[in-house]
Amino acid sequence: MSDQILLGTRKGTLILDRKQGRWAPRPIQHSGMSISYAARDPRDGTLWVAMDHAHWGPKLSRSKDGGATWENLTQLAYPKGARFVEQHLPTPDEQSDGTERPTSYKDAALLKVWVLAFGGSDQPGTIHAGTLPGGLFTSKDGGDTWELDVTLWNHESRGGDLFAGPATSRNQWGGTPAAVAYGEFVPGIHSIAVDPRNSARMLVGVSCAGVIETRDGGRTWEGRNRGMTNDYLPNPEAEWGHDPHFVTMCPADPDRLWQQNHSGVFTSEDGAQRWKKVSRSDVAVHFGFPIAADDRDGRTAWVVPAKGDSERMSIDGGLFVARTQDGGETWQTFREGLPQGHSYDVVYRHALDARADRVCFGSTTGNVYVSEDRGESWRCVGNNFPPIHSVRFA
Amino acid sequence: MPFVRFTPHLQRFFPTLAEGEVPGATVRELVEELDRRHPGLASYVVDETGRLRRHVNVFVGDEPIRDRQRLGDALSPEDRVFILQALSGG
Repeated sequence: MSDQILLGTRKGTLILDRKQGRWAPRPIQHSGMSISYAARDPRDGTLWVAMDHAHWGPKLSRSKDGGATWENLTQLAYPKGARFVEQHLPTPDEQSDGTERPTSYKDAALLKVWVLAFGGSDQPGTIHAGTLPGGLFTSKDGGDTWELDVTLWNHESRGGDLFAGPATSRNQWGGTPAAVAYGEFVPGIHSIAVDPRNSARMLVGVSCAGVIETRDGGRTWEGRNRGMTNDYLPNPEAEWGHDPHFVTMCPADPDRLWQQNHSGVFTSEDGAQRWKKVSRSDVAVHFGFPIAADDRDGRTAWVVPAKGDSERMSIDGGLFVARTQDGGETWQTFREGLPQGHSYDVVYRHALDARADRVCFGSTTGNVYVSEDRGESWRCVGNNFPPIHSVRFA
Repeated sequence: MPFVRFTPHLQRFFPTLAEGEVPGATVRELVEELDRRHPGLASYVVDETGRLRRHVNVFVGDEPIRDRQRLGDALSPEDRVFILQALSGG
């Protein structure tokens, strides 16, 4: 059970402490800065924040004294020669003469650190970062230096080794709409799940490509999209082109994976060898951004469904959380303590978390809710926070 | 030697940053020298490919620099350089 919650918000980092049964926010940290992700390293207690500063560029910030002081880090950057295949967003007035557009390349520059993940207990100081455009970075020294995972960057699903020359295979990593706000249309890595039994095994979620796995600490990577379907491509079972919104793993049952995807909720019982769609239209479990796996029981997960994908807000003005306890066969919905009229909240992909019996989420409308009974009833922690990008129990 | 002024917003990250003379035959050289004096400062002004950040402006006198890709604009010793954040945000 955790008595602390970290919020990454549009206007800074908020730390909530549980005191006498209530959650109280401390004065805002990184005030005025957009924070894309905030989390605590469970191994050494360091607090990590991904700052998304519009003027001065994305930076990391860390605190080794529980949030009293922060150190901003500038070392996470793409190496010279890191290129990617440029994506083209067609404009409405564009005419095509039928000829294929020549492949063009762009030098990678960091647009956003989207997610942070911590290595296993056998890897002190190892931290992973997922970025726009489409990078997985790893630090092995507690964040002082960072290296791009070049094998994943050079994967055949994205054109091969572009450091060496032109693409040798077709790029199948599409841009994510989440990048458009940065003036680019590039893929992004938003999910990193490290297997607690074996730190060399990691699953990474990419928008828009799918899930990709390494079992050897990043030396080789393989797509893990069998069983995935989509509803926006001519071939709904294409190997690539999927849009996982968030992918997570049950730490006590690491072969059980959960995925809230643009095209529904999916789960895997065999370590992502095969996915199964578990959307249930009768309880409106289908579209949404975040998903949280129970930390003990692999069959239990929570989602916050949204009306999608055309509206992207609460369904019929009422906010609710859905929970399954049987691996997605059935879902229960819970509304107690949540607004049931004129609610337009949407919950971003990193803004729902569960730890033991506690579940917490925050919305784009600046509302934060905590449940202490596994999602069955909710209490509002505050209504006037900035838009919430991430929620993580410390 | 060119004289450089900054938006006070940069002093939030580099509290000892102060206006003054900084050597450099081009804007890029000047930014490199600033980064030696204040490690990490260049990463606030340019990205890792050397491009000026989208929402940062550098003026030489009253004119914005022309080469946002490489900051190759030449400087003369009497130039005054301003490093500012662009009008953007929300």
